[in-house]
Amino acid sequence: MVKDVLQAQSKVVQLQAVIKAFNVGQPNELEVLHGIDLSLSQGEFSAIMGPSGSGKSTLLNIVGLLDRPTSGSLMICGEETTCMDDQTLTRLRGSTIGFVFQYHHLLGAFTALENVMMPMFASQGFFNQDLAGRAMELLESVGLKAFAGQLAGSLSGGQQQRVALARALAMRPKLLLADEPTGNLDTKSADAVFELLRTVSRTQQTAVLFVTHNAELAARCDNIIQVVDGCILHATSP
Amino acid sequence: MNLDPAKPGTERTVPSVWLPFEAWVALRFLREGYIQTGFILGGVAIGVAVVVFMSAMLSALQANFVRRVLTGQPHIQLLPAREVVRPLHETADNPKWGAIVQAPLQRLKSIDQWQSIATQIRSMPSVLVVSPAVTGSALVVRGDASRAITVIGMEPDLYFEIVPLPEKMVSGSAQVAVNDILIGTELASDLGLGPGEKLRVTAANGNSDTLTIKGVFDLGNKGANTRTSFMALRSAQSLLGLPGGVSTLDVTLADVYAAEDIAKRIASLLNVKADSWIKTNEQFFTAIRAQTTANTTIRFFVGLSVAFGIASVLVVVVVQKSREIGILRAMGTTRLQILSVFLMQGGLMGLGGSMMGALMGYAALKVWERTQTNPDGSLMFVLNIEPRLFLMALLLATITGVFASVAPALRAARLDPVVAIRG
Repeated sequence: MVKDVLQAQSKVVQLQAVIKAFNVGQPNELEVLHGIDLSLSQGEFSAIMGPSGSGKSTLLNIVGLLDRPTSGSLMICGEETTCMDDQTLTRLRGSTIGFVFQYHHLLGAFTALENVMMPMFASQGFFNQDLAGRAMELLESVGLKAFAGQLAGSLSGGQQQRVALARALAMRPKLLLADEPTGNLDTKSADAVFELLRTVSRTQQTAVLFVTHNAELAARCDNIIQVVDGCILHATSP
Repeated sequence: MNLDPAKPGTERTVPSVWLPFEAWVALRFLREGYIQTGFILGGVAIGVAVVVFMSAMLSALQANFVRRVLTGQPHIQLLPAREVVRPLHETADNPKWGAIVQAPLQRLKSIDQWQSIATQIRSMPSVLVVSPAVTGSALVVRGDASRAITVIGMEPDLYFEIVPLPEKMVSGSAQVAVNDILIGTELASDLGLGPGEKLRVTAANGNSDTLTIKGVFDLGNKGANTRTSFMALRSAQSLLGLPGGVSTLDVTLADVYAAEDIAKRIASLLNVKADSWIKTNEQFFTAIRAQTTANTTIRFFVGLSVAFGIASVLVVVVVQKSREIGILRAMGTTRLQILSVFLMQGGLMGLGGSMMGALMGYAALKVWERTQTNPDGSLMFVLNIEPRLFLMALLLATITGVFASVAPALRAARLDPVVAIRG
């Protein structure tokens, strides 16, 4: 029993029978996820693969608390989230989950340093030098310390994605969700970003859910989760 | 390891942010869309400049009108209670005998116990001056020429605080003693008289006196310069047959617009008739009120156009920034923080625009003051540019900006992050 409790505590994400449907109760109701069961432990690095429209992004949005499941259970770090109000979900998302999107989605009006600092600043409400210090450390860890003062829009695609990764790590998240972060990068940059994610997962015990179409990169993950037509076909260890 | 060396000349300073998160983001969003921000700031500035300029002008105009009207009259005039006749009521013991009730003639009479009343009124907090006066009709005769005049007997030291007669003297002095008289320029011209010369004045009751012309005044009105004459209170009391009495008590107040309320209070407390300048100049006061209403209406519509301007720009900004809003929400920014960011943008546009507008309005007022003068080079009227006007403009424009941004801010706060990020 103690073993079960310890196992449950180490689970960062637990989905049970999660269904997601759009336009519920209307003639055009569309169910895109059909009873998903999934769990992710600390430090686990999983790839999600599947064809376009299979429900990968919807699954990621639900795990990332950006969207709510229609039914089923979703626990993040042991907390049931389906009954939480928006404010609580936002705080949990801010403190526990980091996002890296396919298109870096940096804020163009801000510098690289300010972008990285943003989640911490939003969480605390007021600025202090520790925020800038931590943001600078993160930029250094992704090799972009020298670009800290540059506007995000003036960086190359690979650099922007590394800044986005640094931003995602700002709040020391337990879960990192990466939605095709290498999709728009050249091989060298994609490899660099992937290695950074891998390093973060190993060194900080961060669970990573990595959506990709790149079989080569997926093969380097701990697990590969195949999503087809809103169902998980199988999860394999490569 | 530094993978990418920085390009020289493209770096920006590391932030030293003293603002809260919401204000910092709001300012950056405004700075990023500097063309839109510039246009709306310009719009707000023009609106506020118009309001500031118009308010200061109308306020000065009204103050000038009121000052001119009140230059020659007290704020409240106390008169003896009117004489009335009451018909006898028919009772069993006293059968009704009078079928016609004739209105009594309002003869010249003194305010009963006027010294005591004057003392009581002087003790009121808002009262500045109480000046006793006797007013009546008389005839001046010189040779074959005669003119009907209104005699005002007063105590110069008190009366001149109400009517600044010394400023209106064209010759001689305004300081009248017993047996002195001040006459207007028209009367002096008609009778060919000047300071130092004698003038015989006969009252309607038959009393007459020969007085020395001490000075000639110009009240700026031909009729007044023909008919009005001033003399010492005691001389007028003797001439008009009212020894020791006064027919009016003239009162001035600290707040001229409180005259009607105070007049009503005086009339209810003391057995006198109290007429405020507001009541005796009803048409003028109605015009002033109409002007104030027009001014308020114009200000309201200018404010409304400013509000719509800010709201429309912010609606566009919300659409343009929806992806950024989604990202901010994804990284843990709450709906309240997003709401605050956009409310602050509205407030900052209102504040910034109104600061510019206040400066523009001030400059326009100064230019007007310098260019619009009387033919003799004197100021057309004094512009009393009060700091309160500018502070109110800043405050109102900022509040308008915040209110105008409520709808776009709510829209931004309600954005679904998934939809927003997807664009």
